Amino acid sequence: MTGSAIAGVTEASSFPGERPVTPEVVREHNLNQLEYGRILEMLGRTPTLTELGVFSALWSEHCSYKHSKPVLKRFPTAGPHVVQGPGENAGVLRLPGGWAVAFKIESHNHPSAVEPYQGAATGVGGILRDVFTMGARPVAVLNSLRFGPLDIPRNRYLFAGVVRGVGDYGNCVGVPTLGGEVGFAPGYTGNPLVNAMCVGLLREDDLIRAAAHGVGNVLLSVGARTGRDGIHGASFASEELSEKSEARRPQVQVGDPFTEKLLLEASLELITSGLIVGIQDMGAAGLTSSSAEMAVRGGVGVEIDTGLVPTREAGMTPYEILLSESQERMLVVAEPHRVPDIQAVCARWELDATPIGRVTDDGIYRVRHDGLTVAAIPGQRLVDDCPIYEPEARESESARARRTAVPPSPPNPDLHAALELLLDTPGIASKRWVYEQYDSTVQASTVLGPGGDAGVFRVPGTDFGVAVTVDCNSRLVVLDPYEGGKAVVAEAARNVACTGALPLGVTDCLNFGNPEKPEVFFQFVEACRGIADACRAFDTPVTGGNVSFYNESPTGAIDPTPTVGMVGLLERVEDRVPSHFQAPGDEILILGETAGELGGSAYWAEVHGFIGGRTPPVDLEAERRLQLLLIAGAKRHLLRSAHDCAEGGLLVALAEAAIGGPYAPEGLGARVDLTGYAPGLEPAAVLYAEDTGRVVVSCATGRVEDFLALAREHRVPACRAGRVGEDSGELELRVGDSLFLWSTFTLRRIYFEAIPRRMQHPDVDRSAGE
Amino acid sequence: MLDVAVVRFPGSNCDFDALRAAERVGANGYFVWHRENHLRGADVVLLPGGFSYGDYLRSGAIARFSPVMQAGRRHAEAGGPVLGICNGFQILCEAHLLPGALMRNAGLTFVSKPVDVIVERADTPFTSAYEANERLRLPVAHGDGRFVATDDTLRELEAESRVVLRYVAASEASPYQPNPNGSANHIAGICNPAGNVVGIMPHPERAADPLLGLGDGAGFFTSFSKATVR
Repeated sequence: MTGSAIAGVTEASSFPGERPVTPEVVREHNLNQLEYGRILEMLGRTPTLTELGVFSALWSEHCSYKHSKPVLKRFPTAGPHVVQGPGENAGVLRLPGGWAVAFKIESHNHPSAVEPYQGAATGVGGILRDVFTMGARPVAVLNSLRFGPLDIPRNRYLFAGVVRGVGDYGNCVGVPTLGGEVGFAPGYTGNPLVNAMCVGLLREDDLIRAAAHGVGNVLLSVGARTGRDGIHGASFASEELSEKSEARRPQVQVGDPFTEKLLLEASLELITSGLIVGIQDMGAAGLTSSSAEMAVRGGVGVEIDTGLVPTREAGMTPYEILLSESQERMLVVAEPHRVPDIQAVCARWELDATPIGRVTDDGIYRVRHDGLTVAAIPGQRLVDDCPIYEPEARESESARARRTAVPPSPPNPDLHAALELLLDTPGIASKRWVYEQYDSTVQASTVLGPGGDAGVFRVPGTDFGVAVTVDCNSRLVVLDPYEGGKAVVAEAARNVACTGALPLGVTDCLNFGNPEKPEVFFQFVEACRGIADACRAFDTPVTGGNVSFYNESPTGAIDPTPTVGMVGLLERVEDRVPSHFQAPGDEILILGETAGELGGSAYWAEVHGFIGGRTPPVDLEAERRLQLLLIAGAKRHLLRSAHDCAEGGLLVALAEAAIGGPYAPEGLGARVDLTGYAPGLEPAAVLYAEDTGRVVVSCATGRVEDFLALAREHRVPACRAGRVGEDSGELELRVGDSLFLWSTFTLRRIYFEAIPRRMQHPDVDRSAGE
Repeated sequence: MLDVAVVRFPGSNCDFDALRAAERVGANGYFVWHRENHLRGADVVLLPGGFSYGDYLRSGAIARFSPVMQAGRRHAEAGGPVLGICNGFQILCEAHLLPGALMRNAGLTFVSKPVDVIVERADTPFTSAYEANERLRLPVAHGDGRFVATDDTLRELEAESRVVLRYVAASEASPYQPNPNGSANHIAGICNPAGNVVGIMPHPERAADPLLGLGDGAGFFTSFSKATVR
């Protein structure tokens, strides 16, 4: 027996055979001097190994947000339509007619770096559970992925494995993938990013929160049995990747989407039938975090008997059972007399529901095993007392210098070839190779699928729909984290508005390097400030998300990648606007202002090999007016298409609209005249600058005047720029003194074949994960 | 009113979609759980898509042994209409209510996209709303959709005109493969000799509503709602 029974101090014993806690063991658990000191002070004794494991998990960056909490507090999180803000498994926003939308994004970067198939698959599994534990049925998934360049074989292997893992899991559970983005840059070579977002629908009345209530209530483990996989996954996610990370492969969990589907149906039935008090996914840090967080939210204690937890193998210790990250498990709290009914529901879905503990009144987080108390920690302090750090934030000299640098500009850039080169760039090219591996039409509610500005699904039985997107241009964030953060939110909102939907709210996945490095923490703080300002300007509160630090490999930190997932409301799905030109002869208009700012552009990066310069500033007021114009135009059916100008600038947006959707037989082409447009700018700047707040739209000829009047009302510059092709199948463009011609057949081939061409390489492991 | 049983296996995930498509044409649709051994007097049986029993072992291989499939077999043998979509088609083949088998796609990846098909049989309970040789655009979404059969079986299917749907190219100029999975003879769907049991890989229930962009699949449901009213 360690410790003594004085007031406020608990007692616990080592489990037989456990190692004693030494300074070395403490270090292995990634706890520093300050943190360990606080544990000693809290317990008044040396912790048991089981307790050390619990602290290590809950005080990991992944669970505790110890480096990010004060910064995240600056996000706007409230609003009249916010039903549930940050702090729960997912955020929830109100929709018309008693409906609500639950949504959340999360990273699974580190597991995917060592085991791409399972890492990505379990990332999808985890985010689905976050949504259905709120009582919402998952109706859409999206993902945001980053890899190193595809000319490196390992990057192709990771890309193929991640896509297959995402697809196999979501396809089996039966949730459509409605959108996503994939980027490629050298900084991700050692540390790919896998961010998965899930969107669910619920009746607002059915919302359930993950809190334990009612002293004497029972805790049940529902779903899969607990195995030795994923132990210390949360800690793994909170350290830098290194050559040693490959040895972490056994810590990557293994997913079973079939069990997930059963768990989904059983959980929703338990929630809507009112049989349970609370429910939470056993996600990162497994049973430990789910039980501790539920207890603290409910202001109660819990006692768990790990000897009762169904395990996959005999002889698992309480330490292993508590920290296992075996997938497809839920922790449920219920009144004791409901247990037989709960077990009957679960049995119908072929799942076990096993009582493993109870809610207590002493506020202690207590774990017993075969009659022995192996952990006893004051619950509130376990969750709240993790030290919070506010490290130094300082921009590096080299980052500052990059902003003022100028590119080596060749005297006569080939602007014709530049478009072809940009459309062949994997980050810009069509992602059809990716999204054809994802079921995008299951649930029969897909109004706009992948390949456009935002996905849109209909809420069954109603006239309205929800638009969803996920975005991040990390090149802009690298160069100017504040403006870049604003730009990320602005792009997401523009994408949502292009479909005709009103942006409603945001979930964010903040992927950065090691926060203990001042230059990384500077990027984090500034990007978050930008996101917060943009969310305030657009009235799109942040309802939750995820921070992923320590995205570093031996080659250094990743490019800062604050990914934003956004949902919007489309009041009538029949008003939705597609991205591509729809009818020959329609007029093409450019909305917004072109200042010709090439800093951070794909043109400079891909054509001139230069990443630098001043990035385009984001005018949030102008962005908001543009969004409202697009929504009003869609509502009045004045728009035939709307496509956001983003990576690659105006010309890439025009080309994408002109070459048509992935399943159009051919591109319509367009005849565009920019000779009088943006006077005084070099043609390269007109065509390829990435000024924000611009959208290419098309209108039927009879509607143009009405739309121009609407644009004036909204104070949005709108310029008539040409017509959708009538017969040629060509993209014809006049700018400055030049006339350019491209065949849309050729452009389509370049755009749609860019990724498949690179992935046909024989080293792509097509058998991964089978 | 027409009674339409939508059979639910653990892992079915197009069950709600099939039910809604049946209800949209005015049928009385209901779920039948895989452990049930009768279909509650169904006029029409739909086997929806999904991953029954996780598709472990082989797609549809475990579902064929379920109690509900014994009832389904009796219904089919009595001439009752049965439509298997995607995983439902796989189950019908595994249960030997249809010949052949569905194997891993030739490209080895899951394929989700709209495809163009020709209706070659417009006289089954599920295709009578179409014209013979009508061209439809329907979504596919499957990993195991490559129809294979022995040469004798393929000859028999062709000789007896039992190919219900066949993949075609979107246009002559299209550089893309029309057949998404490498199916023998570009077969997308077949029927039994009596024509009452139909299995197809495309998903008409996802294309039964013009608001969703594709409306070509509605005919599968209007067909039986007209043909089987008692």
